Amino acid sequence: MIDRQGMTSPPPHPDHPTLARGHDTYLVGREKIREYATAIGETAPICHDVEAARAAGFADLVAPPMFAAVYSWRALEPVVLDPELGINFARLVHGGQEFTWGEPVVAGDEITTEAAFLDQAKRADIMVYRFSSRSHNQRGELVCEGTWTNLVR
Amino acid sequence: MDEPRSVKVTPDRYVTYRYAGASGDFNPIHLDDEFARSVELPGKILHGLWTMAQVARTASDDPLALKSLSVQFRGIGVPEKEIEITFKPRGDGEFDCEAVQDSNKLVRRGRAVLKL
Repeated sequence: MIDRQGMTSPPPHPDHPTLARGHDTYLVGREKIREYATAIGETAPICHDVEAARAAGFADLVAPPMFAAVYSWRALEPVVLDPELGINFARLVHGGQEFTWGEPVVAGDEITTEAAFLDQAKRADIMVYRFSSRSHNQRGELVCEGTWTNLVR
Repeated sequence: MDEPRSVKVTPDRYVTYRYAGASGDFNPIHLDDEFARSVELPGKILHGLWTMAQVARTASDDPLALKSLSVQFRGIGVPEKEIEITFKPRGDGEFDCEAVQDSNKLVRRGRAVLKL
């Protein structure tokens, strides 16, 4: 796979130099956008009707913004579940999430995500882990940046 | 655009299965009551990112209007109970938002920014 400009991987984490680094390219499918939009109750025509999307100036169906959780997760998963961090998936709950969006994502786009571990902290009986994701499309345009906060109870 | 917004949504009994399939998050805490109770949850719980998607949808009828959204997940969301999502304008396209189910804040300290 080609590494595109501006897509340099983050440096190794000082406390966890051997930790898995996330890198994944996700091909956005038209039916996946429809399935996702239906699952969250998004009814906007540009997310379901190709003609409506084209009339609005897009090449194909437009992904709802929170679809970022889908195309970035595959890059994050090996980082979050790296045994070196020792997170028990069954005790993991989502503590917080930040997304900032750039270019719209449409069916047919290839979205490449770089994911990294940021830091961890203990709060009372809960461990707090933070991760980052940066996703670009096939033209190297930034489509989404995310900060993921996970809690292990 | 800088007006308060409020939306009520009731997740149906099977929403976590549809969201698991759509998102790829098959953590059994979202799918299996017995498993969820074995890890001290009340039963199967909503995906936080599904709830966040409801917050995102409340921002605007235009799915591309959102520039950024930041939330904290607190209370545990469950299917078949109404959730109320509220947006309070701060000006310049910024909103404070939250999602509440049974007086339990599922999302708190939300901050949404719309494209101007």
